[in-house]
Amino acid sequence: MTSLDPRQELAKRLGLEHLPPVHFESAADVRARLAKNEYLSDDAIASVAFLADRLAKPVLVEGPAGTGKTALAKAVADAVGARLVRLQCYEGLDESKALYEWNYRKQLLRIQAGRSESEAQESWSELEEDIFSSEFLLTRPLLEAISATDPVVLLIDEVDRVELETEALLLEILSEYQVSIPELGTVRAQQIPMVFLTSNNTRELSEALKRRCLYLYIGYPDVERERDIILARVPGISTALAEQIAQVVRSLRTLDLKKSPSVSETLDWARTLVILGREEIGAEETVATLHILLKYQSDIERATKEILGHAVSLA
Amino acid sequence: MLNVLAEFVGELRAAGLPVSMSEHIDAARAMRVIDLADRRALRDSLAATLVKDGDHLPVFYTAFDVFFADRALPPVSDETHDGESPDGDAGSPGPGQSRGDGGGASAPLSAEQLADLLFRALRDGDQSALNRGARAAVARYAGMEPGRPVGGTYYLYRTLRSLELDRLEARLTDGRAAEDDQLAKRLARDEARARIEGLKRAVERAIRERLVEDRGSSALAKSVRKPLPEDLDVMHANREELAQLERALRPLSRKLATRLARRRRRRRRGPVDLRHTVRRSLSTGGVPLDLRFKPPRPAKPEIVVIADVSGSVASFARFTLHLVHAISSQFSKVRSFVFVDGLDEVTDYFDGVDDPAVAVARINAEADVVAFDGHSDYGRALLSFHERFAKDVTRRTTVLILGDGRNNYHQAHAEVVADLASRARNVFWLNPEPASYWNSGDSIIDQYAPYCDRVVECRTLRQLEAFVGGLS
Repeated sequence: MTSLDPRQELAKRLGLEHLPPVHFESAADVRARLAKNEYLSDDAIASVAFLADRLAKPVLVEGPAGTGKTALAKAVADAVGARLVRLQCYEGLDESKALYEWNYRKQLLRIQAGRSESEAQESWSELEEDIFSSEFLLTRPLLEAISATDPVVLLIDEVDRVELETEALLLEILSEYQVSIPELGTVRAQQIPMVFLTSNNTRELSEALKRRCLYLYIGYPDVERERDIILARVPGISTALAEQIAQVVRSLRTLDLKKSPSVSETLDWARTLVILGREEIGAEETVATLHILLKYQSDIERATKEILGHAVSLA
Repeated sequence: MLNVLAEFVGELRAAGLPVSMSEHIDAARAMRVIDLADRRALRDSLAATLVKDGDHLPVFYTAFDVFFADRALPPVSDETHDGESPDGDAGSPGPGQSRGDGGGASAPLSAEQLADLLFRALRDGDQSALNRGARAAVARYAGMEPGRPVGGTYYLYRTLRSLELDRLEARLTDGRAAEDDQLAKRLARDEARARIEGLKRAVERAIRERLVEDRGSSALAKSVRKPLPEDLDVMHANREELAQLERALRPLSRKLATRLARRRRRRRRGPVDLRHTVRRSLSTGGVPLDLRFKPPRPAKPEIVVIADVSGSVASFARFTLHLVHAISSQFSKVRSFVFVDGLDEVTDYFDGVDDPAVAVARINAEADVVAFDGHSDYGRALLSFHERFAKDVTRRTTVLILGDGRNNYHQAHAEVVADLASRARNVFWLNPEPASYWNSGDSIIDQYAPYCDRVVECRTLRQLEAFVGGLS
């Protein structure tokens, strides 16, 4: 095969002088280093993070809320010693909030200052060149990540919240690692940043976006992994209690609830139980603290009924 | 290796997964940087590059397992991740007690021995013993006939029935059942169930191994190819598939609602909002550079659903009612009627119910739809609708009629549809039958069709979603 390694290819396109070093040795290395940052991955997560690094491709992470999608990006940033640049998406996000914006107040000031100081000395073309320089540019997260010289991990959070049209803003960055500014030219990445996009799957993302990314689905963990996550993240908890908590949560997830308890809610619950000084949990305590795990009254009533075996009127 | 990948991509496409060229290239690149001998890593890497939708993963995993079951990948070490070693000892001749099949030399385990082996494996969480037990069980109970082109569902059913899983579950929870704490009991039960699920998967794997051995993986791939949930034929779905559809429906309706809401908000701007514009202009020295608009208030359509709920099309009606009501916030009003040969309004069933599925279940049980012999009579039902509710159909109403138009040779009364069409904004007919079956036998869809704006073939969730998405 004659084709270049994808990283080399990208580095060449970006005009980097030397190839940035890879972050991870192997999938096992990913796992170990994420674990050091208190993020317990599984085989799939580690494989995808490894591939993202080697193939220099963004990762699209999907899954139910609170299963550690955002935490993954943070943990990877910590593991490779990079700065996390985060773009929180919301409806109505546009390029002036995501990419860059001209600081027109400053530009106005510059024009007025120029006028009073040295009248007619400055030609318009000079002035124009001046006010459209990077000095008057307000960088927003995407441009900031691209123009950074230190290692960064770019997190584009909840990308499913932006409109379909806004998604297109991301495409150039995701495939070319560059941003085109009409007045200024093209800003190319100084290094190869790792990029994570998260989505709660509230709408179908465009094919174009998906094609540019590796795909990772993070579902609810199985009992063993959830127990390990609790042990890693909640100090001072006993293995037995963690195991019990993981089992209760699994049982709750089998119920047909509006919103199943997420991993982060599980952790909150575990912390609560530790603060309350419990060594094990019975039905009564579980019911009393259910509101930490479940956020809908109808869900709480339903779970209470299942746990106690009969309906209870919640006062 | 590249050829193998190309073949696999072909297999995925045949199974209905959209795989683009650039994804194919990514997969090839990924294969250069991973350890190909690590089957698990191979699977995860291919999944990450080729599959871009969480709902498609199960189809991918099945295809992967079957496709790579007998492919001689560069020497696959006898790996043991999670005990998943699809080709385990397929190559070595007569590996003794691990198979216990008809031709094997060792004495097959007796029924009790087998039950005991499985019980101990489940209790201790011993994956390799479990796989051994599953293989023995398949050999003993599945009664596989070589050469039959089947996907193995039947073998799975036979094996599991003989294993008496209920008793196994009872044995696993034994001793815990005495505990008076309801929670502990429940946890023990769920744990047992999770382990038995593991057994089911092991049996399924064992069956697949045997099938691959028998017929080779490419032949098998064709028989186990499962359609994606959104491509399942709603009318002919079996129970398992119906459950799958049910699960697919919920996220689908949520996505649809978001999409419609978003479109409504974006579509056409309202008039200029002067107040807001002037306020914005302060930062540009009073020059209104940036016009602000009032949000538009486009009219939401009223929907009237008239659904045939007789046996043959009942599940289709159920899904459609569910979907329409799940996104009812996108319509100004939704009224639902169901019929067989009598007609009943069921709008109330959906009031104040969080989950449309609950209401749909109530319709099945309570709606009064049989007036005579319980065979669909479109003519009578439509007449009765016209008599009682025609005055409520206005220019803002969209009427959906759901059914296969199989009228059991009753009178059509197409003039009713014609009159509804003249009153309503639109009349659509959704037919769950393939278009090629229309007008065959007692189907009289053609008599109604001239008066409908459109007669739409709606066999799958995908088609249904596309239609409903275009409504508002």
